[in-house]
Order: sequence, then structure tokens, then C-alpha cells
Amino acid sequence: MEQPPDTPRIGVDEWVASVEGKRERYTGPRGAVLKRWERLPPAARVLVFATPAAVFPFLTSGGNLFRYGLFTLVYALLALGLNIVVGFAGLLDLGYVAFFGCGAYMYAILASPQFGNHWQAEAAIPVVVVFTAVVGLLVGLPSRRLLGDYLAILTLFFGQAFVVFVNNANRISFPFVGHADLTGGANGIANIDPFNFFGYRIDSTRKQYYLLLIAVALVLILLMFVNESRTGRAWRALREDPLAAEVMSIPVNRLKLLAFVFGAAVAGLTGAIYGTIATAALPGDYDVGLLITVYAIMILGGFGSIMGIVVGAMIVNNIPKLLHSSANARPLFYGTILLAILVKLRPWRLLAAELGGLVAFGFAIHGIASAAYPRLVDGESIGSGVSARALDHWMLFPKNPVKIADVAYILLVAAIVVYPQLSRVWRAVLLPPLLYLVMFVWENLLLVHIGGATRLILLGAMLVALMNIRPQGLFGTATVEIA
Amino acid sequence: MTGDATLLELKELDKSFGGLRVIADLDMVVKEHEIVSVIGPNGAGKTTLFNLITGIYRPDSGEIQLDGRNLVGMAPHKITELGIARTFQTLRLFLNMTVKENVMAAQYGHTKVGVLRSMVRTPGARREEKEIHRLAEEKLGFFGDRLMGYRWDQFAYSLSYANRRRLEIARAMATQARILLLDEPAAGMNPRETHEITELIGKLRDDGGYTILVIEHDMHVVEGISDRVVALDHGVKIAEGSFEAVATDPRVVEAYLGLRKTETK
Repeated sequence: MEQPPDTPRIGVDEWVASVEGKRERYTGPRGAVLKRWERLPPAARVLVFATPAAVFPFLTSGGNLFRYGLFTLVYALLALGLNIVVGFAGLLDLGYVAFFGCGAYMYAILASPQFGNHWQAEAAIPVVVVFTAVVGLLVGLPSRRLLGDYLAILTLFFGQAFVVFVNNANRISFPFVGHADLTGGANGIANIDPFNFFGYRIDSTRKQYYLLLIAVALVLILLMFVNESRTGRAWRALREDPLAAEVMSIPVNRLKLLAFVFGAAVAGLTGAIYGTIATAALPGDYDVGLLITVYAIMILGGFGSIMGIVVGAMIVNNIPKLLHSSANARPLFYGTILLAILVKLRPWRLLAAELGGLVAFGFAIHGIASAAYPRLVDGESIGSGVSARALDHWMLFPKNPVKIADVAYILLVAAIVVYPQLSRVWRAVLLPPLLYLVMFVWENLLLVHIGGATRLILLGAMLVALMNIRPQGLFGTATVEIA
Repeated sequence: MTGDATLLELKELDKSFGGLRVIADLDMVVKEHEIVSVIGPNGAGKTTLFNLITGIYRPDSGEIQLDGRNLVGMAPHKITELGIARTFQTLRLFLNMTVKENVMAAQYGHTKVGVLRSMVRTPGARREEKEIHRLAEEKLGFFGDRLMGYRWDQFAYSLSYANRRRLEIARAMATQARILLLDEPAAGMNPRETHEITELIGKLRDDGGYTILVIEHDMHVVEGISDRVVALDHGVKIAEGSFEAVATDPRVVEAYLGLRKTETK
């Protein structure tokens, strides 16, 4: 609406306006990419992800497709649902995984030998989704007046109650029916049917993968649309300030319930799909461990960012699995460190000096050790090839590394704790020795004994590093609490 | 300029917190297209009055009528939908949403499209969304170019203090309210901005057609805008009338200064 020209334009500070108007939100080559990305319509953004994902099954083996592809999509779908509740509406729901479990168990009851039901998928899936949505509504009803910590406690209770329930619901006494085995107790429900759409069975990994891909793409587009609708804005307003939202004509309680219901529905859908993939519903699958994983995905991707969720799911699912083999683990490990240094160290001269210092430090230590303590260099690095042999002339490899590496490990933890407290100069000076210590521990201890715990520690360290660089997550926007 | 139709009427309103009677037996009338200022020293119950009218607090007794309809017991969002919107003394914007989104979010009450329809973007949903955008732009346009253009996509937290106050008013306007309750719109503003707010409030009534109830401490603003002034002290209405009448009323002077005899102006 244009102002009529004769009204006085009181207090217009043209200088400020013109300066701020020139200020671009994004600059440089990264800005060019981001701007183009933002101009893409939602469907096109989904295609950017979906196209490589659709080609993926043709490039890899069945096992890899199952391990990497299928589980990434399951996690992504699950986190998308959680994102509605936590990311959009800002409700800290710690019982979310129970809805996932509800979906899996409900589908198992409808389509497994447990009760002799073998429903068609086109009938079973809507029933499962509606059922979990109703459970979401029931959990939401008493908690709709709660916020923050209180809501978190109540929903955590619900999540734990669900696990206890499915563990013990194998001998419930129903009126008229007598004892019934509802959930199979600790053994769970096995032999769940694959989806059967009008006679077409989704029974291979590849078919399941495409089904999941369609589900993820669909939910992704629907959520993008909702996010840009009045409901999406109302959710975000409620996350920002519930009281102000209420006074601005937004029915806060109803919207909270709505978020719960939609989150639960997505979780239920994911649960049903997961049930057919795992072919069993087991109580242990729906416990706190999964909850933490899903939250890690969302936090890593960035609260409320739909694309971030997909990327977060890729990282959280695939990196621990890639770390299974030392051939993958080494480049991943060094790649992450190098990336962090490249991002954090400026100017370039400092970066070059640090890396040069690291190389020189390594040769010096190796030289001293081979002259004075030959026992420190009588082993060799694992792996073959030029780079591994070259490493033998630079890094210390004791024949029996466990004891000294353990000590070094503890030293390293202490060093990492102390390092950020140092002044800038000391940090610059001590960086090469620190990196050398990291590499020593990695090469002699972690890489050799790369077991479950090591992988988790590594993943945790990477996440911590990442969150330090970008606290708002990869795709999130930094939020301001008080301004 | 002011019509005779009563728009908002408070009858024998009472509210206590514990033993403290914050609003006592308050009767008040706001007519259509009127600008009424509520003044009073700190703790007089002015903001509580706003909280009662908007449904954040429930009165212990008494009635609040909008167009003859009793609002007591209604949820705040319902009251806003019926036509009363407010701003906050301590700004409560949706800081991590953009300027335009703030104004768009406030249109929830008078829009209809449900979540399922917006999921698939039916033609109706698109039409309504377009209308939401248009109305948001119109309301932001009310403030000259202060909140226009590139500012639409800025986050609310990046705004200056004065612009935040403006955005709060724009947000309240976007609810399609008929009455605006402005809680200290000129607080924390420099003289020039204060002057601008004074003109703006007049413009809100004259061009926007709003009825305005405003709490304000700055007497220049109160003098400049008010058709009528209501003075509160300890929850009791101690004076009502034109600015001159109220400002020279001995009880008002006493409430502010605690003196019996003094010269005003």
C-alpha cells in the first residue's frame, strides 16, 4: 500500500535504510549457491535429494542398500515426524519413539501370524496411522497445558511406560476372551508380513527402499507446504512465545495437540514400514537409544529445518557404519580433522605454518625416538600401500602399543580439555603436538581396536566438533533467545 | 468524530491477587472510533486491566462486554478473534520469525484453511495464502517505509526498538481487530519517535478506523491523542474526562505527586 505523497514521512532515516538495503544476506560463492537454493520451489528441492537416492540401488549391493539406504530413510522419516513436534511447535517430546513402536506393534497385530490376521497394506496402513494419531492425541491431552521440562518428563514417562507395557502385555486378561498374548512380551512379534498393496508384495529390499523413498519424499513435500501455511506459522509462533501467540488469535492448546497428532501419525507410519523391514516388533527397538539417535539427527540437521533432517539422517546412520572398516575409518577421521582445521584456522599463512609444523614435529619426534628409544618405532602401521609405509617413517609405531597408547589416550583427553582454555598464542604453538598426539592415539589404539565403543566415541567427538562450529545445526538458522 | 455506539463496556470489574485488590469496581465505556487513554502511577492496575480485557486473567466479578456480548471466561484467542487485539509493554514479538511472518501469523483467527488442505495446497488454500500476504503487506505499509521492502524478510530480532514497537502494532492490526489495546506504545522512544507514534495513533483511528485504548505515561502523547482520559489509582477510577480536566484534577495530581496543592502546567 503506497502512502499518499502529501503525508509527512516523519522520522524516516534514509541513510540507515539505504545502507541496510544494500546489505546482502549472503555473499560470495556460497551465497550464490544458497540464493539459488532458496529460489527453488519445494518440489525441486526434494528432487535434488530424491534423484541420487533413486539411482542408489543400481549402484550398490543388496547388503549395502539395506545397511545404508534403507536405514537412512527410516531415520529420516522418523526424524521428520519429530521435527513437527519439537522443531516446529517447540514441544520437547521425549516419548516420541513410543509412537514409532505403536505403529510397528499395531501393524504386527494386523499382519502377522500372532493373531492370524493378514491385512492388506492399503487397509492396514491407514488403520495404523489413525491409531497412532489417536494415541498421540491421548498423550497430548493431559500434557497440552505443560511446557518445557514438565512436558519432557511426562512424555519420557509415557515412552518408558510403553516399553514396560509391550514387555508385559503377553498375558493380559480380557473380558470374554480370556488371556491374550497381545505383544509377545520380551520375545516380540515375529514373522510380520511384508506390505501387500492390492496383491503386490513389497518383499525385497529394493522394493522396500523405493516405498520408503516415496514416503519420505511425500512427507517432505507435505511438511514443506504446512510449514509455509497458517498452521506452520502458528506452530512457530507458539514455539517463540505461547502467550503472545494466544493473544494474537492462535488457539495454542489446539495447535499443540495438532502437532502431537501429526508427529505421532508420521511415527506410526514409519513404525509400520520398519516392522515389515525388520519382520519383527521387538520391545528393545523402541527404547531410549533410538530416541537419542533421532534427536541427534534433528539437532545435527538443525531444529525445524526439513532438509537438515535428511542430511542429519545420512550422517548419523552412515558414519558409524562406515567406521566398521579401518579402510573407511582412516579417511573419514583425517577428513573430519582436516575440514575442521580448514574451517577454523585463518589466515592461510597460519594454516600453512601449523600443517608444516605438524609435519616437521613428526619427523623430529620420529628421528629422536629412533635414535634414543628404538622400541617406539619397531612396529608398523596397519594397511598397505605407499601412504601406510610413508607413515612408518613419520609416526611412532611401538610393537606393543597398547600400554603406551592407553596412557597417551588419557593424556589426549586431558589435553583436549585444557587446550580451549589456553591463550591464542599457546594454542597456535601447541596445535601441531596436539594433532600429533591425536594421530598417535588414532593409529595405535583406535584404528587397531576399532570396536563399538570407539565408533561411538568418534561419532560423539565429531558431533561435538560440529556443534561447536555450527551450534544451530547444519541447516538450522541461529535463533535468538533474548534480544 | 466519535460515534455514539458503545463498543467496549466494563461493568463493576473486580480482580484481586491474594489479598491485593488490583482492580476495584471499575466501570468504563469505550465508544466506537474513540481514543481513550488510561493513565495512572506505577501499580495502578493499568496492565492488569488490559490482561482482563484480553482474557489473560479472569475477573473475580463483573462483566466485560464487546458490542453487548460478555467476554468473561472466553479464551484469549477467541476474544482476539471477536475484535480486541493488544500490544505488550514488554515487547513480545516472535523474534525468530521474519517481520512479515509475524504479521502473517496473527491472521490465524480470521483464516480458515485447515492443515490437511494446506498440505496439498488446494486452490482455496492458495487463494487464502495470497490474501494473507496481501493483508500483511497492507498492514506493514501503514508505517510508511519503516517496515517495508527488504525488512519483510528480516528476522524480528534484528529490528530496532522503535521498529519492534511498530511491528507489534502491525501484528495487532493484522488480527482484524476493531479495538487496539496499546500498552505504552511510546515507552523507550526518543522525542522524535514519540512524536511519530502520536501521529500514528491518530492515523490508526482516522485512516484505519480503529478504536483505541492506550496506556501511556508520556503526558505529551496523552494530551496529543486522547478524546478522553481515564485515571486509575490502586485499581480505582479516580478521574475521567478531557485531558485538561483530568490533568488538573486534584486527586490525579495527588496520586502522581502526593501533594495537595500544586500547579500543573
